[in-house]
Amino acid sequence: MTTITMTVNGKERSGKAEGRTLLVDFLRTEMGLTGTHVGCDTSQCGCCVVHVNGESVKACATFVSGMDGAEVTTIEGMANDDGSLGVMQASFKEHHGLQCGFCTPGMIMSATDLLANNPSPSEDEIRTWLKGNICRCTGYHNIVKSVQAAAATMAGAREAAE
Amino acid sequence: MAKDFGIGESVKRSEDVRFVTGNGKYTDDINRPGQTYAYFLRSPVAHATLDSINIDEAKKAPGVVGVFTGQDIADAGLGGVPCGWQITDKHGDPMKEPAHPILAHGKVRHVGDPIVCVVADTYAQARDAAEMIDIDFGQLPAVVDMKAAAEGNPTNVHDEAPDNVCYDWELGDKEAVDSAFAGAAHVTTLELVNNRLVANPMEPRCCIGDWDSSSDDYTLYTTSQNPHVIRLLMGAFVLNIPEHKLRVYAPDVGGGFGAKIYHYAEEAFVTWASKQVRRPIKWTSDRSEAFISDAHGRDQVTKAELAMDAEGKFLALRCDTLANMGAYLSTFAPAIPTWLHGTLLAGQYATPAVHCRVRAMFTNTVPVDAYRGAGRPEATYILERIVNKAAKELGLDQCELRRRNFIRDFPYDTPVAVQYDTGDFDKTLNKAMEISDYANFEQRRQEAASRGKLRGIGLSCYIEACGIAPSSLVGALGARAGLYEAATIRVNPTGSVTVLTGSHSHGQGHETTFAQVVSDALGIPFESVDIVHGDTSKVPFGMGTYGSRSLAVGGSAIVKAVDKVVEKGKKIAAHLLEAAESDIVFEDGQYKVAGTDKAKAFAEVSLAAYVPHNYPIEDVEPGLEETAFYDPKNFTFPAGAYLCEVEVDPETGKVEIIDLFAADDFGNIVNPMIVEGQVHGGLAQGLGQAMLENCVYDEEGQLTSGSYMDYAMPLAGDLPMFTVSSEDGTPCTHNPLGVKGCGEAGAIGSPPALVNAVIDALRDHGIEHIDMPLSPNRVWSAINAASHKQAAE
Ligand code: FES
Ligand code: FES
Repeated sequence: MTTITMTVNGKERSGKAEGRTLLVDFLRTEMGLTGTHVGCDTSQCGCCVVHVNGESVKACATFVSGMDGAEVTTIEGMANDDGSLGVMQASFKEHHGLQCGFCTPGMIMSATDLLANNPSPSEDEIRTWLKGNICRCTGYHNIVKSVQAAAATMAGAREAAE
Repeated sequence: MAKDFGIGESVKRSEDVRFVTGNGKYTDDINRPGQTYAYFLRSPVAHATLDSINIDEAKKAPGVVGVFTGQDIADAGLGGVPCGWQITDKHGDPMKEPAHPILAHGKVRHVGDPIVCVVADTYAQARDAAEMIDIDFGQLPAVVDMKAAAEGNPTNVHDEAPDNVCYDWELGDKEAVDSAFAGAAHVTTLELVNNRLVANPMEPRCCIGDWDSSSDDYTLYTTSQNPHVIRLLMGAFVLNIPEHKLRVYAPDVGGGFGAKIYHYAEEAFVTWASKQVRRPIKWTSDRSEAFISDAHGRDQVTKAELAMDAEGKFLALRCDTLANMGAYLSTFAPAIPTWLHGTLLAGQYATPAVHCRVRAMFTNTVPVDAYRGAGRPEATYILERIVNKAAKELGLDQCELRRRNFIRDFPYDTPVAVQYDTGDFDKTLNKAMEISDYANFEQRRQEAASRGKLRGIGLSCYIEACGIAPSSLVGALGARAGLYEAATIRVNPTGSVTVLTGSHSHGQGHETTFAQVVSDALGIPFESVDIVHGDTSKVPFGMGTYGSRSLAVGGSAIVKAVDKVVEKGKKIAAHLLEAAESDIVFEDGQYKVAGTDKAKAFAEVSLAAYVPHNYPIEDVEPGLEETAFYDPKNFTFPAGAYLCEVEVDPETGKVEIIDLFAADDFGNIVNPMIVEGQVHGGLAQGLGQAMLENCVYDEEGQLTSGSYMDYAMPLAGDLPMFTVSSEDGTPCTHNPLGVKGCGEAGAIGSPPALVNAVIDALRDHGIEHIDMPLSPNRVWSAINAASHKQAAE
């Protein structure tokens, strides 16, 4: 067991890890952040997606050892500072982009990363990007709508700021 | 007033805030003090005797607190996993119902059958210890292929069923069907496979058994669609724990689709063993384990024949089906290919005679049970494929042939034991044709052809029976439980309302829809209504959520309980307003004296009920809380017409879904946004079945599609945006909300629509049928074979 220290959702946190400890288990058990889910054991479903140093990664396929000093954001860190829902979160709620909610944290983390890289993706680009996130409930229709709407909201906010 | 949040409004879901912020509470998010972890060592072979099991090393491994085998379970005198439905075969005999032990005893019967359970301080320790267990298997031949089994297989899965037949069942008037066929002008025949599927809710199953040493009570936390059903089955049939000592709690559940209806061995094990090790025990399935331990769906093969007169009027339908039960009978399994399948074979058509025979087969595979639609997708697939084949043979348009046969008079008694109360099949077909611009399809086909693509359009007109069901009826058909639903309306002193419902939400949005119903009925703000579900220690005895029953049955129980609250409130209001009870009317959240402006608000009356100072205490009890149990009067019959438009690439066989146009009749609708979402999700699963998903066993009974590497789940890139419409339905005539249910429609109606579309696209190749899933390989092979045949001719 070694102690790993990282910045999680803006706060410095430490926890114990074995060599085989996965980031997802570390977050769920050591950090008590259960919003990151496990939906498969072949790194395909994306229920576990978090951001490490600003990029989306599958926490089920990432060992914690060697992550000392990393900056990690999970779904619990996606709300605004005043506690209101972040743009992507609000958009999923507004457009019924979730049903059971199990894939949702990973979807939101993944979609947020997409918009960071490509602020106005086409429908095809959204669908292609999300191939690593499986949702069994929604048929993706409203997820695509949620991401499109979030992109529009963010574009509006950028324009207003300019 | 609550109008923006009332019935018919697309109210945004109140449950979403916790889900989008990562604050949902799923079973695996719960941890109990002192918790241990279970690891199930499962059979790596499909069929074998267990000649010896050596657990000595494992017992001594670090962190291990207990190792249990089937012998321990037998010694403890525990029951097996029970089946909740008994089918009576065509000779009047009960189905074969072999034992289904919690841990395999003597024999294993499918890959994944649990043999030993190791309980340890950590999951890793339990798994490491399990690797030290030695088992001698006496390998037996496996029964995998149902057809081969039915044609006589020397091996049997259970000694009680020497021919591997669980039951041989029939429904309908065989003689009438035979004579109709004898006089038919045209007969269309078709053999089809309804491919085996794995439900795959994204949240894997999980359970925690927690025995309390001070009270000798047990709590089971579990991923279930119906906690009371689990308490009943597990308490009464497996563990012999009386209900008052057993609490079953299903918190947020990450999708179910049927797979989380059933009582599973792991639930009984962790509950029982938590007392043996005197610590809570958690088990969380991983995905690979889910593939070999969650009940599978579908898996039927059918030979169907449709007899018609010279004008294409249907005279009779005959079906002969083999249905896979797997190695053991799961909770609802026997009911699926029978009462949920045979009874839907009239479809939307006035076919006077229908006969179906179903043989349910035991095989050395995972148990098969209900998966979204359950029996009704299979019936719809048979019917809607054979009708399209018939249309082609008769040279009729697919819409036209259906119109010649639609049922138009309601109520309508089908020849397969159900009565449709209402519907308007022309209307949904018209709607589907309109939203798909069916009339101009030919232009689109030509345009696609100019790009080298084969474009096709396929229709499917489905009907399903939902809202299961009148208890006396299902009792007569073999159900071992009633199928009512329960609700309590607890009015709090200041006028807010807590609704305790026996339905369970695992994605359906009950916290929103049910609150709309109550807010609408009581005229109180939507935010003042809280929905509680999933905990047997809180909610009244209810039957849970499956078969699109929650609003039709659970919602009706809520309405009934609300009515009781209003009736009692009227008595209190009459006293407060010094009027006769018969003069009190309840409108817009106010008790009013009819014809006057005297009124008391709902909250004032509620307060009076809990602070009964000025109160008719002689005649009316204090408090305001009512419970209702609602037993449905009939099934509900959602119906609709789906048109699927596809393009096939003849070079690769790849099918692209251009759009799926869904026109549904769900009766009245409480929340259109949620209903559309349910349709989208159902469509994705139905199209997934038709195009991608296939659960495959090899000859030895090894599951070759045991992970997301080999089992093709529909991804965002596989599906289009859908065009759905469910306005202006015909309200159900026998429940108070006039609702029919919408959860399964998409999965029922879409598979034949897609297959019909692909066959239509391949019309010039003379291809009559391709079995699902229509993967590029299968489609390309069919095109290739057809081209060779055409070249040879
Ligand atoms: S749990 Fe990480 S991809 Fe499935
Ligand atoms: S909302 Fe249930 S899996 Fe996506």
